[in-house]
Amino acid sequence: MRVFVGVKRAVDYAAKVRIQADKKAVDISNVKMAINPFCEIAVEEAVRLKEKKVAEEVVAVSIGPKQAQEVIRQALAMGADRGIHVTTDMRVDQELQPLAVAKIMAALTGEHDPSAWLLGKQAIDDDSNQVAQMLAGLLDWPQATFASEVEVSEDKKSATVTREIDGGLQTIEVPLPAVISADLRLNEPRYATLPNIMKAKKKKIDTVDAASLGVDLAGQIEVLEVSEPATREAGSKVEDVDALLAKLKADGLL
Amino acid sequence: MLSRAARTAARFRPATGVRAMSMHPVTALSEDEQALKDAVQRFAQDRIAPKVRSMDESATMDPQIIEELFQQGFMGIEIPAEHGGVGSNFMSSCLVIEELAKVDASVSVMVDVQNTLVNNVFAFYASDEIKEYAYPRLAGDTLGSFCLSEAGSGSDAFALGTRAEDKGDHWELNGSKMWITNAGEAGLFLVMANVDPSAGYRGITCFLVERDQEGFSVGKKEDKLGIRASSTCPLTLEGVKVPKNRVVGEVGKGYKIAIEILNEGRIGIASQMLGIAQGAFDATLPYLFERKQFGSAIGDFQGMQHQYAQVGMEIEAARLMVYNAARRKEAGLGFVKEAAMAKLYASQVAERTASRCVEWMGGLGFVKDFPQEKFYRDQKIGAIYEGTSSVMLNTIGKMISREYRA
Ligand SMILES: Cc1cc2nc3c(=O)[nH]c(=O)nc-3n(C[C@H](O)[C@H](O)[C@H](O)COP(=O)(O)OP(=O)(O)OC[C@H]3O[C@@H](n4cnc5c(N)ncnc54)[C@H](O)[C@@H]3O)c2cc1C
Repeated sequence: MRVFVGVKRAVDYAAKVRIQADKKAVDISNVKMAINPFCEIAVEEAVRLKEKKVAEEVVAVSIGPKQAQEVIRQALAMGADRGIHVTTDMRVDQELQPLAVAKIMAALTGEHDPSAWLLGKQAIDDDSNQVAQMLAGLLDWPQATFASEVEVSEDKKSATVTREIDGGLQTIEVPLPAVISADLRLNEPRYATLPNIMKAKKKKIDTVDAASLGVDLAGQIEVLEVSEPATREAGSKVEDVDALLAKLKADGLL
Repeated sequence: MLSRAARTAARFRPATGVRAMSMHPVTALSEDEQALKDAVQRFAQDRIAPKVRSMDESATMDPQIIEELFQQGFMGIEIPAEHGGVGSNFMSSCLVIEELAKVDASVSVMVDVQNTLVNNVFAFYASDEIKEYAYPRLAGDTLGSFCLSEAGSGSDAFALGTRAEDKGDHWELNGSKMWITNAGEAGLFLVMANVDPSAGYRGITCFLVERDQEGFSVGKKEDKLGIRASSTCPLTLEGVKVPKNRVVGEVGKGYKIAIEILNEGRIGIASQMLGIAQGAFDATLPYLFERKQFGSAIGDFQGMQHQYAQVGMEIEAARLMVYNAARRKEAGLGFVKEAAMAKLYASQVAERTASRCVEWMGGLGFVKDFPQEKFYRDQKIGAIYEGTSSVMLNTIGKMISREYRA
């Protein structure tokens, strides 16, 4: 079984972001970038499938500029076998939109024949949460989104996936091939060890020009304006529980 | 025994890419270096940071941290991959030491001593037989100590009094050591002892001693001002029998091993000091723009601005010196003067930075709920171990006088 994992290079979760002067986008020129945390969880899950001898090959796919190779290397250091870098100069946090990403992945699927796509449920830059669903639609594959547990059947023909839904947990069975998207509690990703970081250098990354895949990359959504969230008013400290209750009552919150 | 040429080659094993790097800014990191640095930073933030305060208070290194450092490969950075190490280079060791020191100087020095002193003594001087035995342990699960100082010989290291007597099929060691880093947890000890005091320093020889050997004991760990979680202990050797094949390098060449390994080890300590300075600075600056007095962020007062501008500049200068010394060593260029300068300067910058950071935080800088107080205590060791500041000045002075004396 061959598993494809999407790894997006996004602004580091701990980085402070600023908005460009033209208010059309977040300024990413000098911000620390990292692998999208949900993608990292997807990589971890794929690598565990490989360690359990369920998957034979794990392929990390990233779409983006030259530096996207850094997150592919990170996936390789975690245990993925090889990488595919789909190159584009479009900004992946807003110009290259979910439908185009899903179309690129669908095009790769035809060529490489994976048994599953494991994706993060969303990227922390645009927070779209759409690619997995659209990809399943384009491929006409079943989808198991927001996974918190993945179990592949012995004959590798299906997967039992526990999903985190509003009311609690839902367990579904999907025939393979399928698209699975990872939620936060699926696993705790490992730290790439220093020897594995060095070994990752020797693993292969193929490069494909996004424009060569014959899919329409044009965006469907126009960004009108990006603005800062409203600044929070400073809070105040109270001496004890009585004072807290009195204040909540005074403000009509109790 | 390795030939001299082979040893020299091993010492100056050129890092891959040095030539390609040589025209780059000294602080620009290669892709590998950046990847290692990021990995260490993340590990340090997630796994070490939550334990720093309790380890400092209890003056103990959490055994789980040691285990994880081994698992992550931090303990065998330059040990070849076929022996279980990372197979990386000296600059990478320095980056790891710096990154760790931003979070905890104790964990940093533990990793520093393992990589830059212990592992590299094996790499440069040990026979293949000893390497094959020691490398997998050092990279896998065993801490090492480098044991030179004694109660009566610190700066004057070659006056050491530990004796090694030739007993035909083995050496017998008697004496004691002081201030030995990692000794509380270590399994392997590189012990300097003199085989022939009448020959002076030319009798000093390096022996590999195991923790559980008869006659060898590790004393009570010191209760220290800073780097409290790093163990520092005295050692006693009473009739310790060391097999002949456990001499590291040649008999009588221990002084050379000590000089050479400390010359480069200093760059590791300089990296630790740089990490302390940067760590204190990073932990403090955001507060200057949150704290308001007289209706304005304290960081906006010019009196403050000039102070952090000065400190920021000094950290930058220290970084240039430390990275340059490390890269010179890796490129096979002379580095002794640069290493001594880097250690002296970085320790001074760490001292000034930590001191300023305490002041900038006001009362908060003086209490243990905030990290500045610990950075301030931890930095002080930089002026003492692996050669005091006076000794650094002696070395630098000697090198300069050599350049200009007719
Ligand atoms: C926490 C810690 C960890 C250590 N870890 C190790 C270790 O792992 N292995 C090891 O072997 N040692 C270790 N040491 C020992 C350390 O290297 C010595 O303490 C150091 O070399 C200084 O020696 P000393 O303490 O005897 O001081 P001294 O040499 O007595 O120096 C006292 C003062 O005199 C000054 N002085 C001495 N000689 C001169 C001179 N010629 N000119 C001008 N000034 C001079 C010094 O600069 C210093 O200010 C450690 C020490 C500490 C505190």
